[in-house]
Amino acid sequence: MATGPVSESIYITAEHELLREQVRRFVDTEIEPFAAAWEEQGFVPREVLRRMGSLGFLGLMYAPEHGGAGADPLTNLVFAEALSQSTFGGFIVTVLVHTDMASPHLHNAGNAAQMARYMPGIIKGETISAVAVTEPDAGSDVAGIRTRAERAGDGFVLNGSKMFITNGVHADVYFVAAKTSREARGSHGISMFIVDKGTPGFRVGRALKKTGWLSSDTAELIFEDCRIPASNLLGRENEGFRSVMKNFQNERLMCGAMAVGHGQQALRLTLEHVKQRQAFGKPLWDKQAIRQRLAMLSAKVEALRSYTYHCAWLMSKDRDCVREISGLKALAGELANEVLYTCQQFHGGMGYIRETAIERLWRDARILAIGGGATEVMLEEVSKRL
Amino acid sequence: MKILVPVKRVVDYNVKVRIKPDGSGVDIANVKMSMNPFDEIAVEEAIRLREKGIATEVVAVSCGIAACQETLRNALALGADRAILVETDAELQPLAVAKLLKALVDKEAPRLVILGKQAIDDDANQTGQMLAGLLGWAQATSASKVEIAAADAAEMTVKREIDGGLETMQVKLPAIITTDLRLNEPRYATLPNIMKAKKKPLDTVKPDALGVDVTPRLATLKVAEPAKRRGGGKVADVQELVAKLRNEAKVI
Repeated sequence: MATGPVSESIYITAEHELLREQVRRFVDTEIEPFAAAWEEQGFVPREVLRRMGSLGFLGLMYAPEHGGAGADPLTNLVFAEALSQSTFGGFIVTVLVHTDMASPHLHNAGNAAQMARYMPGIIKGETISAVAVTEPDAGSDVAGIRTRAERAGDGFVLNGSKMFITNGVHADVYFVAAKTSREARGSHGISMFIVDKGTPGFRVGRALKKTGWLSSDTAELIFEDCRIPASNLLGRENEGFRSVMKNFQNERLMCGAMAVGHGQQALRLTLEHVKQRQAFGKPLWDKQAIRQRLAMLSAKVEALRSYTYHCAWLMSKDRDCVREISGLKALAGELANEVLYTCQQFHGGMGYIRETAIERLWRDARILAIGGGATEVMLEEVSKRL
Repeated sequence: MKILVPVKRVVDYNVKVRIKPDGSGVDIANVKMSMNPFDEIAVEEAIRLREKGIATEVVAVSCGIAACQETLRNALALGADRAILVETDAELQPLAVAKLLKALVDKEAPRLVILGKQAIDDDANQTGQMLAGLLGWAQATSASKVEIAAADAAEMTVKREIDGGLETMQVKLPAIITTDLRLNEPRYATLPNIMKAKKKPLDTVKPDALGVDVTPRLATLKVAEPAKRRGGGKVADVQELVAKLRNEAKVI
């Protein structure tokens, strides 16, 4: 998988490139030849995640004392972008939900006992994590969730359901958002809880069938009088909304990385195709309309890539970057679909055949404009700050 | 024992190379460069020997332009202890590299040098053999297995893949090994090791300081692309196929 000439950048160091090399080799040799079978079975095998843990890929941003590498957001983005060179979005999101969307809740808000209990397993890939915020009636509108956690004796009782939860079927530990206050209005009164798989009253409702991301397991979760000890309250009571919001930035940056990866891979596949595909006696590449469309898309993907790095740099400097990252997320989701639409088009009939990478990427790209903050919601976040 | 591992910066194995328009060589402007894959195997083997307690120190060496430092950092991230760059902008041919390495062997006194059997850019497969010749050491080329019993062993056992089977050799130390593809599978460098590599020592010397004249002894006349494969044709039936094989290809 040649990614073309090395594009130098003020954000990227030689160490970043070495890390990228390791991930590239892993994706080329241990993912791409095997992942078609995972698409069929609907999930990534656990031994693949454990293998990634043993290579140190699942704890890049976490503290060395738990087995992590203590990396900054830029380094983490290099990892996500390199991982996103896979042509299997379902594989990519399985990993990134674990490393960058679910487990950060523990990292950001966990106390010493919670960290000691869960973090080593998360970093080794032995404990896979999921985050459960979205509900059938509340997606980007986090304040609208209805799942409740009532105080009962020395703990809480959870009731409600969660929807579209990535890693939902096979995770071992779930970070669950629930309302803990009847009085508090809107975004106040939400708390985060750690719920172990197998806790009585908690079950996976069903595995959901999706358009794309087929190798990622997605579930509906059900909580019926699910008792959890007070020691599983993550962070402070009634202040869960802030922690959800805090991690949204990192989550959305990952969506940017995925869009860049999909765009780069789609362009690579399409360039290979149009240069060898003959039509009317010449390769498609000889047609100016084809060349110019691909050239423009290539420029747009490069621009998105640079913007993604800039956003990670802002994060690494601890700057307020909600406007920038919301804009990045909106741009990334839409651009991924623009690129994939055209690249699929240029593949002709083959682009509509299952088992081709371009067809899969086209299906996988669709969610990038919906999940992790829909484009419209992201644009509202931007416009509020204009 | 100390092990010296020469590593070469080459065009990445994934890159489709292009010939310069004037036919003077391969165009490497803006092309991704990596460590020669056979050299990664050499680094891995040396590190495994150190992990087993056979080797005490692994020193990576590269000869070439300043950017070869990246290749050396890669070797350090995999686990080499320190690195030496013989820095020159001159074109280096196998004999020149072998002479530079001999000078370093004289200085560093390793008992083992492990090299890739060839580099994937020019595929010369010469440097290891030339180095053995210059040093007067034993050589075991294209090794697929290396066994050394102890740090102070006087000999080692090396297996080589040859036509029709495996050849087992007893080799006197000090010696040269060149690595074949199946000797081992190189490890991944972890991020903490990549960061640690930044702090490991990397010394730079010039060919002059080693007393080596690296002037090319061979002249490249022309570099050309292999002839393009012509597209195939379709035949309607067996009769037409047989007719073409007889009349056009003239093979039956």
